[in-house]
Amino acid sequence: MSKTGNRDHGLGNRDAGGHGPAIFFKAFFGLFLRDFRVLTREFLPFLLRVGMQPLLFLFVFTFILPRMASGNPLAAGGKVDFGTILLPGLMAVAIMFSGIAAVALPLSAEFGITREIDDRVMCPLPLWAVALEKVCFSAMQSIVAALLVIPMAYYIPAIPVRAHVDNWFLLALVLVLASLLAGSLGLVIGSTVNPKQIGLVFSIIVVPITFLGCVYYPWAWLSKIRWLQYGVLFNPIVYMSEGLRAAVTPNVEHMPSWAILVALVFFTAALGRWGLRGFLGRVLS
Amino acid sequence: MIVEIEALTKIYESKLRVVAVNGIDLELKQGEIFGLLGPNGAGKTTTISIATTRALPTSGRVRIAGIDVVKHPAHARRHIGVVPQFNTLDRSLTVYENLYFHCRYFGFSHAHAKSRALELLHQFMLTERKDVYPAQLSGGLAQRVQIARAIAHRPTVLFLDEPSAGLDPQSRMAMWSAVEGLRKEGITVLLTTHYMEEADSLSDRLAIIDYGKVLALGSPEELKQTFGAHTVFDLKLRTHEGLEPVVAALKARPDVTSAEATADGLRVIAASSDGLLPDMVQAAARFGLRDLKIVEPSLETVFIQLTGRDLRE
Repeated sequence: MSKTGNRDHGLGNRDAGGHGPAIFFKAFFGLFLRDFRVLTREFLPFLLRVGMQPLLFLFVFTFILPRMASGNPLAAGGKVDFGTILLPGLMAVAIMFSGIAAVALPLSAEFGITREIDDRVMCPLPLWAVALEKVCFSAMQSIVAALLVIPMAYYIPAIPVRAHVDNWFLLALVLVLASLLAGSLGLVIGSTVNPKQIGLVFSIIVVPITFLGCVYYPWAWLSKIRWLQYGVLFNPIVYMSEGLRAAVTPNVEHMPSWAILVALVFFTAALGRWGLRGFLGRVLS
Repeated sequence: MIVEIEALTKIYESKLRVVAVNGIDLELKQGEIFGLLGPNGAGKTTTISIATTRALPTSGRVRIAGIDVVKHPAHARRHIGVVPQFNTLDRSLTVYENLYFHCRYFGFSHAHAKSRALELLHQFMLTERKDVYPAQLSGGLAQRVQIARAIAHRPTVLFLDEPSAGLDPQSRMAMWSAVEGLRKEGITVLLTTHYMEEADSLSDRLAIIDYGKVLALGSPEELKQTFGAHTVFDLKLRTHEGLEPVVAALKARPDVTSAEATADGLRVIAASSDGLLPDMVQAAARFGLRDLKIVEPSLETVFIQLTGRDLRE
């Protein structure tokens, strides 16, 4: 029976809004709306989730410690105050955590006992687009999370943070790329890790790459520990922190912008591809 | 034909090579309710998974409304509604939102999605529960929401995978009437089941499958006439020793179609039980007859004749 023949019975396509690529965009938008609805319902937990860590970090290291007489070993950098070093790093951490929380945790649950993912993959979308939607939606949350850190860094530290943006385009580009990277990492974790072990992943992957991600110090300062300076180049978080450093606190030493952007694109593509393969492997037998 | 399944195979290559589907050919007509009947592991769910784009076939082809589901899965999904074996309702959304967003995924506008969701809530008598979350629903209600969701985008074909598994009898009846109701809408339904009554009362036509193959195909009446105008007697015996002459004697009777020793006794398939039953019981008494089961002519006897085993085994 031909396709036209099927339309004649008057059921098939009466409501299926649009044809061709239009339906794909509508389906993608539909998934986005769904995620947005769920997020609005959990808006306060969302704020707490993304805000608590940078808040406490800033409070302890830039408010409490500077007030203690000799208790601030982290201020040993000298030229620049710690708050200024920390701001881009904390933005990177916020992006990372919210990317993982927005993709890896829900995916792992949806792949788990409930198999809710079976519902989402029945959308009239190619499967890669279902995964892409997850990454894009998490990127949006990551950007919000990163921007939330800025007012905190402005009000909390004892010594005001010296942030100034020369290149708004660079900031936007780095924010978007870093957020997509975090979402892709979330996709890798969510689709390859057994749901039962998702907690373990936080301890053995997320925490180490954060601590060794040039979050609390610029990459250039690692020059005294050469092996580490080259070792961390495999860590995508380094480029997120350094990228934001270049964009938000350009006066602090940072990697060249072009190198950061190339690395961000590379890691996003590599993790995205890996995550997508895992995703397809999980939904398609 | 609205669903065309041609020479479909699916082989899982892992440590253990499993041939889940072994050359299935099926064609479904517009508007019919078609049952796939078979025991667990017969290949029903795999067949449905391939037809609904959630698994890739090893070879063969499936077309839904003329669209090849392997080549154009996203396009084919617009014509497909699925009620999976397990509850896959979106746990983060209410019942109403499950329906509403499903419509949005299929390109409905806000107003249109809203009116369709409300219409479905009414049709499936779920209006009172529109703001409830799926976790708070009983199995029967969740199944109803799943059916409502599956047909929300007005698919051409609805796939129901073991729709009554885990439902209490009352919910099962409600589910059956919901499926019957779909007949009016002209939706083609493919359902898998291992419940004889379900296959018998719901389907216009059905295929009996086992070991990934179609063993018989036809309307329930046709199947019963062709294969099943027989009664099956299962005798459980304490001992098998010296049973052979009894089996041979039974086989020799004109009214007996087949007689064979089974693991725990004797199975006799016969056209009628008149006169046979007392003789059989008398003969079996010597072997310590401890139980006798008689299955009257039904789809179940058809199945036993075709596969040599019980669906419930």
